[in-house]
Amino acid sequence: MAAGVATSTGQRAYLSRRYRLSASHRLHSEAYSAEENRAVYGKCNNPHGHGHNYAVEVTVGGTVDAETGMVCDLGELDEFARTQLIERFEGMNLNTLDEFRELVPTTENFTRVVHRIFQGFRGARVTRVRIEETGNNSFEIAG
Amino acid sequence: MILLTRKVEFSSAHYYWNDAWSAEENLRVFGRCANKNGHGHNYTLEVTVAGEVDAVSGFVVDLKELKEILEREVVSVYDHRHLNLEVPEFAAGTGLIPTTENIAIAIWGRLEGKISHAKLHRVRVYEMADLFADYYGER
Repeated sequence: MAAGVATSTGQRAYLSRRYRLSASHRLHSEAYSAEENRAVYGKCNNPHGHGHNYAVEVTVGGTVDAETGMVCDLGELDEFARTQLIERFEGMNLNTLDEFRELVPTTENFTRVVHRIFQGFRGARVTRVRIEETGNNSFEIAG
Repeated sequence: MILLTRKVEFSSAHYYWNDAWSAEENLRVFGRCANKNGHGHNYTLEVTVAGEVDAVSGFVVDLKELKEILEREVVSVYDHRHLNLEVPEFAAGTGLIPTTENIAIAIWGRLEGKISHAKLHRVRVYEMADLFADYYGER
C-alpha cells in the first residue's frame, strides 16, 4: 500500500451522468408583440419550431459509501432519469407540455424544470444540473 | 487565482466485489460489474490545479513537470493494468473497490503535495464520456 493513498471512509465525491434527449421548441412570449418576439428571439421564434439534441448532465454529491465505493446507486439514478426525464421529454415539443404552459422553453427554463425534477430523487443529493443545448451552449444550476 | 487543467488517458481493467458480502449480494448490488474476470474502460483523467500566475514565467505550474508527475504517479501505475490485481490501493485486503469515485480519491492521494507552486483543485475521472466522478479533497 503506497503511503498517503486515500481510503474510502468519509470522503465526499461527486458523480455526474449524462443523458441525451431530443426535443423541439419555439421561443415565444405572450408578453411580447409579434415584432418584439422576432426581435428578442430571432430565428428561435420561427412559428414552426426547431429542435435540439440536448445533453443533460446530472451531478450527485455525497459521502462515498465504504461498502460499495459509490456515492449513489447508478441504477436508481438511471431509472429515475428514464421515467422522469427521458420518458417525459424525449421526442416532445416542449411548448406543448404542462411545464411550459406559462414558461418560455428556453434552455435556462428547461434547466430549471429538470433541476426541480431531480430534487425529487431520493437516492442521493443532486447538486448540479447542466444542459447542453448544442455543443456550444450550456446552462447549469448548482445547489 | 487561475485554474489549469491537464488531461491524460489510461486504459484499465477492474471489477466490483465486496469480500464482506456473499456472491449473491455482490451480484445483486454490482450486477455485471461483479464479473470476476474483469472488464475495462478507457479512462480520461483531468487534473485541475489552482495557483497564481508567475510574473516571470507566465505559468501557474510547469506543464512539463505536471505531465511527468501524472505519468509517474498515475499512468505508469494504472495504464494497461488490472486495478484490483495490480494497483496497490485496490489490492485484496484493502477493501477499496475501484469505482470511479474511489479512483478519483486514490489519484488525489497520489498527487497531493507533489505539484510545486500550485494547489491541487480537482481530480475528475471519466469512466466513459457519459459518466465521471469529481473529487475536491473534501473529507
